[in-house]
Amino acid sequence: MSDLYLVYKNLTRKKLRFFLTLFAIFIAFLIYGALTAFDTALNAGVELSADNRLVTVNKINFTQPLPISYVRKVETIKGIAAVVPLNWFGGYYKDPQQQVLTFAVDPPKLMAVYGDDLAIDEDHYKNWLKNQQGILVGKSVADMYGWKVGDRIPLNSNIFSKRDGSTSWEFDVEGIYTGKRPQADTNGVYIHYKYFNETQSFGGNYIGWMGIKTTDPALNEQVIKTLDEMFVNTPFETETVPEKAFNKSFIAQLGNIGLIISSVVFAAFFIILVIVGFSMALAIRERTGEIGVMKTLGFPSQRIFKMVLMESFMLTFLGGSIGLLVATLFLGFLNEAPQFPIADLILTKGIILQAVGVMIVLSLITGIIPAVNALKLNIVTALSRR
Amino acid sequence: MTGGKLYDLRGVSKSFTKGKEKITIFNDLNMSISEGDFLAIMGPSGSGKTTLLNLLGGVDKPTGGEIWFDDSRVDNLSESQLAKWRANNIGFIFQFYNLMPMLNAERNVELPLLLTKLSAKERKKNVAAAMELVGLSDRAKHMTSEMSGGQQQRVAIARAIVSDPKLILCDEPTGDLDRKTADEILSMLQLLNREFGKTIVMVTHDPSAANYAKRVLHLDKGEFVEKDLVA
Repeated sequence: MSDLYLVYKNLTRKKLRFFLTLFAIFIAFLIYGALTAFDTALNAGVELSADNRLVTVNKINFTQPLPISYVRKVETIKGIAAVVPLNWFGGYYKDPQQQVLTFAVDPPKLMAVYGDDLAIDEDHYKNWLKNQQGILVGKSVADMYGWKVGDRIPLNSNIFSKRDGSTSWEFDVEGIYTGKRPQADTNGVYIHYKYFNETQSFGGNYIGWMGIKTTDPALNEQVIKTLDEMFVNTPFETETVPEKAFNKSFIAQLGNIGLIISSVVFAAFFIILVIVGFSMALAIRERTGEIGVMKTLGFPSQRIFKMVLMESFMLTFLGGSIGLLVATLFLGFLNEAPQFPIADLILTKGIILQAVGVMIVLSLITGIIPAVNALKLNIVTALSRR
Repeated sequence: MTGGKLYDLRGVSKSFTKGKEKITIFNDLNMSISEGDFLAIMGPSGSGKTTLLNLLGGVDKPTGGEIWFDDSRVDNLSESQLAKWRANNIGFIFQFYNLMPMLNAERNVELPLLLTKLSAKERKKNVAAAMELVGLSDRAKHMTSEMSGGQQQRVAIARAIVSDPKLILCDEPTGDLDRKTADEILSMLQLLNREFGKTIVMVTHDPSAANYAKRVLHLDKGEFVEKDLVA
């Protein structure tokens, strides 16, 4: 028998109370894990943004186009390593509800700017380069629709139409890319800009925006200034921002998700704090006499203080760990669900460490008052209460 | 048969304040207890029996005077020093057993050994010996809630002796038991005193219980009124 065993036996002596309190903590950490993973996934683009990447859009707003000729001009700016033109295709698969984030790009330029993030089989990449109708598919999309290399699939556009009036393009899946980092977004599909530009019926030679890689993040400011000044007083003035800021503003359009999530998590933890705090206080009060007996037998007050605090820690860590475990299983289930719009929902190391921090704080807040009461408890008073 | 002086109370006083009133329990109380003694302390309710036991057990401190144990003064020890002293020297037996309900019998008996440096194996050996002594080896794994009052008190006795203390303090040890069971418990205490040389101080209301002691002290209004030598 050890102190830990005594703590465990004390904790589980009233089974119903123990399970109800544990369940409350479990629910709080399940909510915490799931919502924080959701928030992290939404902000993954921001977190994974490279410091040496910029985005150039039309100064009016990013839905307005830029001429493709800008790409060559921008490439000449000192401090720029690579530029990739990107155009939103507005794709969907079979049903307008089944949206596919499709971008028309120049493949070698795409790899020059974003190659650090994308993992792709070299042979597949070569095949994609050769085939103008070839597409590079993100793993999440491929998993969602069951696409594999060699498949020929139709993609419709809800913006563009082909010269024959149809809105459906046929593509060959030439490669499936994954992220080099676990939270990388693999929800995209890349098509050849050249093929798209030649087959679409709207005015050609325009792009949505440019992705830019600088040779050194320290040059970003100078590059931004030079680039935007280059197109001042033209019909297509530009606005260039760091990739991180661009992604952040894009997410912000969905609303302040972070605030909503923080509010829900805070409310859940506040309720838990009250429930666990009350439960712990009650449990220790009921054991006043027993604590008196332990002190009488010679258990030092400091040791009893630690044991009460350990009880609070054990309860919170047990409930919290189960909550995070179930959250992991739940997120795994969502990641597998074919129609779930957000992919790569995972409990990152950061989320887990943050959760452990919350557990420590929760344990201390709920355990400290009963522990101090036990520490100060006078033996004669305690024994007289039995 | 008694040996050298184990306890010496010199001019001990104990009082507390209730509202504006100062209540004195003892004033200039003197007594000594020898090693191997079996002392019964009797007296009416409110006479100060339990307070005296608390002072002897180091769970309460006197407001005046000195308490010496084994030639060392103990009334001026800090709370943590007193806890250590209690763990090393004293076994406690209470009227209502005061066992831990979430632990089985042998775990209850093992409790004081958690304060020693004994290994798990040694603790187990000592627990088995104590359980055998009180005749409960076959019920070691039982929860105390499944036991009779007499059996629970025997578990409490095993807990009191498992760390081999010099002194056993008993607060109404048979107050919650029927006559027959009470006699069994008292015989066990007598055995511990006679065969194992344990010094026992027992507070009781019951004159029959006091008959098992070697010495009886009657306490009334904080003073010893009569001293009897019983056996």
